[in-house]
Amino acid sequence: MVRCFFNSKWWLAKVIFEKMKISLSKIILLTSIIFIVVTFFLALNKDTKYNTKDLVGKEIGEFEIKFLLKDEIFTKNNLIGNEYYLINIWASWCFPCKIEHPLLMRLSNLNNIKLIGINYKDKKLNANNFLKKLGNPYDILLEDKSGTNSVIFSVFGVPESILINDKKMIIKKFIGPINEADYQFIKGKINEK
Amino acid sequence: MLSNTGNLLIAASTLSTLLIIHSTYRSLKSKDYSITKNLVYLNLFQITFIISSFFLLILSFVVSDFSLLSVYQNSHTSKPIFYKISGVWGNHEGSLLLWVNIMIIFSYLFFTLNRDTEKKFRLYTLLIQNILIAGFMVFLLLDSNPFAKIIPIPNEGLGLNPILQDPALAIHPPLLYVGFVGSSIYFSAAIGAILSNINGKNFASSVKFWVLISWLFQSLGIIVGSIWAYYELGWGGFWFWDPVENASLIPWFCMTALLHSVLVLEKRNYLYNWVLILSLITFISSVTGTFLVRSGILNSVHTFASDPSRGLYILIFLTLMIIFSLVIFLKKRFNDKFFVQPVSKETFILTNNWFMMFYLATVFIGTVYPIFTQVLYDVKISVGPPFYNAVIGPIIIPFLIIMALGPKISWIKHNFKSFKGIIIILILSSLINFLIFYFFKSYNLISNLIIISSLFLIISSFKDFFNTDVKKNYINIPNLIYHLGFGTLILFIILNHNFSEEFDFNIKVGETKKIENVEIKFLNLNLEKRENYDALVGNFDIFDNKRNFKKRLNPEIRVYDKPETLTFETAINTNLKHDLYLTMSNLEGSDFFNVKYQIKPFMLLIWFAAFLTASGGLLRLFLRR
Amino acid sequence: MRNNIFIIILLIFSFNLNAKENSGLDIKIFKNLRCIVCQGQSIAESNSDFAQTIKIVVRDKIKQGNNEQEIYNFLAEKYGEWIVYKPKFSYLNSILWIFPYFILIFGGTLVYKYFKKKNY
Repeated sequence: MVRCFFNSKWWLAKVIFEKMKISLSKIILLTSIIFIVVTFFLALNKDTKYNTKDLVGKEIGEFEIKFLLKDEIFTKNNLIGNEYYLINIWASWCFPCKIEHPLLMRLSNLNNIKLIGINYKDKKLNANNFLKKLGNPYDILLEDKSGTNSVIFSVFGVPESILINDKKMIIKKFIGPINEADYQFIKGKINEK
Repeated sequence: MLSNTGNLLIAASTLSTLLIIHSTYRSLKSKDYSITKNLVYLNLFQITFIISSFFLLILSFVVSDFSLLSVYQNSHTSKPIFYKISGVWGNHEGSLLLWVNIMIIFSYLFFTLNRDTEKKFRLYTLLIQNILIAGFMVFLLLDSNPFAKIIPIPNEGLGLNPILQDPALAIHPPLLYVGFVGSSIYFSAAIGAILSNINGKNFASSVKFWVLISWLFQSLGIIVGSIWAYYELGWGGFWFWDPVENASLIPWFCMTALLHSVLVLEKRNYLYNWVLILSLITFISSVTGTFLVRSGILNSVHTFASDPSRGLYILIFLTLMIIFSLVIFLKKRFNDKFFVQPVSKETFILTNNWFMMFYLATVFIGTVYPIFTQVLYDVKISVGPPFYNAVIGPIIIPFLIIMALGPKISWIKHNFKSFKGIIIILILSSLINFLIFYFFKSYNLISNLIIISSLFLIISSFKDFFNTDVKKNYINIPNLIYHLGFGTLILFIILNHNFSEEFDFNIKVGETKKIENVEIKFLNLNLEKRENYDALVGNFDIFDNKRNFKKRLNPEIRVYDKPETLTFETAINTNLKHDLYLTMSNLEGSDFFNVKYQIKPFMLLIWFAAFLTASGGLLRLFLRR
Repeated sequence: MRNNIFIIILLIFSFNLNAKENSGLDIKIFKNLRCIVCQGQSIAESNSDFAQTIKIVVRDKIKQGNNEQEIYNFLAEKYGEWIVYKPKFSYLNSILWIFPYFILIFGGTLVYKYFKKKNY
């Protein structure tokens, strides 16, 4: 009699445990499916284009780039503090570069900012002609014939621009030509001081 | 006019579908589950209308009727007729029509060819299948109608993308669709089985054929896609673990697992629940794959013109499908005890399924993980070949060995002679591997083990082949072919992987590049004007001092003007021992050309082994008769 | 019998010691890098301008003595983690690497339970 009682209690506990295990697995299954479906749903509206927000706040890397018009090398150490720099990657064969050029000219007239132009995979003659025709906004003119030096600036196309503050930190990277909104943004930033 | 007829046919087909749903529901409610004459006629109408609409679409493409938007977008009068036809399914709308056609064809055939199965089961299956069909037809009519009109009617079409004009690429979608769209029928049959409470053996008998067909076509579709990638895409590989490729591989794992388990269910009535689950997740994974590919959330070389709104519809449909099948399964089957009956050699089939689920989990997580990191953490990561090779590579080794041992295992307990035989084969495999390693080139531990285990599988299969009593066991020949083919496939893939040589360099016309014991001479460039493009043909002489040959290879850069595209045609020199693979591309603003030269051993044997494995399925089909 | 197996295992392990130094390091790295301006191609297969530039950068770095992981780290720092095809072993990616083996073990226990039932 006693043995029967213990057996039935043990059996009951086992059944309840099994049922709980089953309910738990059902809940886990349902939750995982909902999780996956919701993630897919959110992913539908996400932009898969490459963005550059990770670069913001990082200090610019070491670099050594030759000047376009003389045989000297320009390095990170040549960046004097207390000034903002806009590094602009451009080329004479690049159509959007022509479009952004007037904005660069306007930027060059502002105080507190210096423009560094890196001529990307270009011929010196064509680069000079381009600047002669449209004007030279650059305080410092460098060249990157092979394009490998621009990798330091995370470049993968032209035009691209990087705004650096007086502490040599990246404030923003612009992919594509600078537009009016970008101009205002830069103007705002350099006047923050 | 064609557009209106087409629309009419699709509408008629949709109407038939809805009436079928109504009629089956009525029959199921009735006491005797009668299959009325009306129901039979409705099915006949449904399939007639939908096939006619498909042929009408083909006709529109062939005559270049540009009043149809999809013909305008995807065809061109100067396209060769073969590619005009294949252009029908080379776009979203047309492929969706093909999708619906296959679902209806399978529905019709399953219904009419299973006359001696329980009526309740047939009716439920028909009902569920047609609900699915209705869902896709609504999608087709509302969003992706291939018969949509364009006004004013243009004179010429846009669709002359040269990359899409390739025979392998033309047949690749239909093959795959018969595969994973065809799996819809055993999804519906599984739910039908649960609702009608049919016996496991009967369920297995009724779906076995369909599992085999879908497996065979899925395998062929994947192989043909890989062949296309190798010959056309110019990187020298045939599998990139690209998300779209993975989307076709995941259903294949389910199908392979199901192919094995359904045999157990039929013979012994074991694993019923598991077979039901597999039947459900095959089609679920197919629709998930379609969602991933067409919604635009994945970055891939194969992306269709993707559209988030289409993605949303498919996602909703998928979610409903999953929840619906899950609820039905859990309500009716989960309370049955899962692991009931004892087993003998079925454990090895279960082991196959276990490994298949592992491969599935790996490919699935690798494919969707980047989506998760992006949505949850805004971090973009890439999961590519190194991940899959690292995770799956080692596990292939026990898998191959178990594949070799599985068929014999029930003897092993008693027959010591057989055990000795296995050790001898193992030693022989290791010896062959050692010879390869010593005389040719050394490679890492995992490769060693993979070669040994694949040789083990190959030799075991041959031994079994010659040992079997042909009279009694001829039905086992397909099994041997499957396993022999698979072992051979892995062997040649791993040999190819370890013995391939690749060179990437820049060279000018007239120059010679010497790398290791290979000399590549860039003789000259010829401009050839061909039918619809200009070809810049490079003439290269390859001198190989180690392998002792001199070959001439002619890669091309093709310039098309309608539309303006550039394609790079690989020069491939093939023989049984190796393929020589050469691509050339021009460098912007430079006289230099970037040349990639590869020596790829055993490519032909890889294709042979892949087809051999698939042919096991073909043989099995014939032996059924 | 056991001696044979032992000899085989010994032979297998001795092979690994003789594995040749990988001379195609540059191409191996190219294959593991994503061409970020292309749709799903690696640096090895892409004919794009970006790919050509990266190839030069990688070869320069190899010449300067950087090892494979250093090169990946450099490029990941510049272009993001997704430029490398092999996902990092990080906290974020832990689920990615563990999940397949979790399924393997979970499946294994299910098969074992099923197998055990037979032998009662």
